[in-house]
Amino acid sequence: MDVLFRNVKELVELAESRNMLISDIMIEQEMNITGRSREEIIAQMDNNLTVMEQAVERGLNGVQSVTGLTGGDAVLLQNYIAKGNSLSGDLLLDAVSKAVATNEVNAAMGTICATPTAGSAGVVPGTLFAVKNKLNPTREQMINYLFTSGAFGFVVANNAMISGAAGGCQAEVGSASAMAAAAIVEMAGGTPAQSAEAFAITLKNMLGLVCDPVAGLVEVPCVKRNAMGAANSLVAADMALAGVTSRIPCDEVIGAMFRIGQAMSPNLKETARGGLAATPTGKAIAARIFGGTA
Amino acid sequence: MKFTSVFDIIGPVMIGPSSSHTAGAARIGRVARDLFGRQPKWAKIHLYGSFAETYRGHGTDVAIVGGLLDYDTFDERIKTSFQLAKEAGLEFEFITETANKEHPNTARIVLGDDSGEMSVEGISIGGGKIEISEVNGFKLRLTGGMPAILVVHDDRAGCIANVANTLAMHHVNIGHMEVSRIERGQTALMVIEVDQNIDEKILHQISLIPHITKVSKINN
Repeated sequence: MDVLFRNVKELVELAESRNMLISDIMIEQEMNITGRSREEIIAQMDNNLTVMEQAVERGLNGVQSVTGLTGGDAVLLQNYIAKGNSLSGDLLLDAVSKAVATNEVNAAMGTICATPTAGSAGVVPGTLFAVKNKLNPTREQMINYLFTSGAFGFVVANNAMISGAAGGCQAEVGSASAMAAAAIVEMAGGTPAQSAEAFAITLKNMLGLVCDPVAGLVEVPCVKRNAMGAANSLVAADMALAGVTSRIPCDEVIGAMFRIGQAMSPNLKETARGGLAATPTGKAIAARIFGGTA
Repeated sequence: MKFTSVFDIIGPVMIGPSSSHTAGAARIGRVARDLFGRQPKWAKIHLYGSFAETYRGHGTDVAIVGGLLDYDTFDERIKTSFQLAKEAGLEFEFITETANKEHPNTARIVLGDDSGEMSVEGISIGGGKIEISEVNGFKLRLTGGMPAILVVHDDRAGCIANVANTLAMHHVNIGHMEVSRIERGQTALMVIEVDQNIDEKILHQISLIPHITKVSKINN
């Protein structure tokens, strides 16, 4: 069956020439490829949205991972926002806390929806449930947010990579953040081209980010990388909506990410041999958890 | 194109913490069990690359064992799969390998019971997506995203046509097909991806075709 787009340029051109949303194009392609009905596809995404909602809620109530390395920061952030003195803004911090909430649940072996991966599962729902309070979207628009994120993620996954083991954190949280930025723009009423700009601006600023999990666990620094990824995507979305454009086209940024990922040392690709994992404290944590062999 | 569905990107719904090391691992285990055709009594699980380095922290071990018990990626029982395996009479052993594989997240599962054994190698390519790269020494590429039939047969003329004819008789459409052999004139393997789940009756019929030695399937 026919693939409608293979890169961001084709995706944007198609959406603009047909005067459709990127989410619409994604749904149509999914129907083409899988032969499933629109209703079935939307119902599955609706279910994924529910899983995300429940994970955020669970995280905001406070969770702890088995190791005790992560958990509870989402609660700290919400309490801080409630005091009304946040410097970076309530919406941005709300997104950060909800991204953290999701990843804390993930680290505690709770149920989440990978977006695109589990280690980067916080950014897309975190930003969605924060932006929701400002834009008051319908349920359908929230589902579309996920299809738009998915459309961009589809391009990255096929033209570069989305796993830390293959391309470092830039491929995981970098991709997730860029996907979220594109979806925020669409929900805020921006054009498909502006979604692509937001994607490019976000990913450019996360290029080179390594995957260096302490003790090999999806905890440190993964939870905080999702926090900052969410902040990155909101700022980039605002920049694109303001009319700022990327000098390097979106697809070329994805190409750069791919080549950087290939050039990255295996020590920095989810093997827990380099970066933060190899710091004295990182090694001490690994020794405490695994008895010195990790 | 490795990723074909939007749900490869927004999904799967899964037990944390890692899509490649937990969800992907569970799927490799589950496909191995599917191919074996029944619950194995024992499994030797060889881990390579990043899987070998970080499997404990990611729950790769409980996920693969959960997969061998037929659990899906979102099944809460994954967390206690070691205990549940014991109760189900499945013995398992993990072996960390130092050899470099083409892909960093590779697992080779040798599984069996009193009436046979099988070796399945799978790779977790990101976001919970997997590929089966080897079965009983045959190189292949199978995503597990589509229902598929694997047919081990003698490397003789007519085998492929006979299998294809049987499928055609039952109106089963072949989406993708690969044939490989280790040595000319010896044993060969057909990997056939189809559009719908195949029922046991058709599998049985294929197994009766001359020169067919083994038939297994993956449902979706």
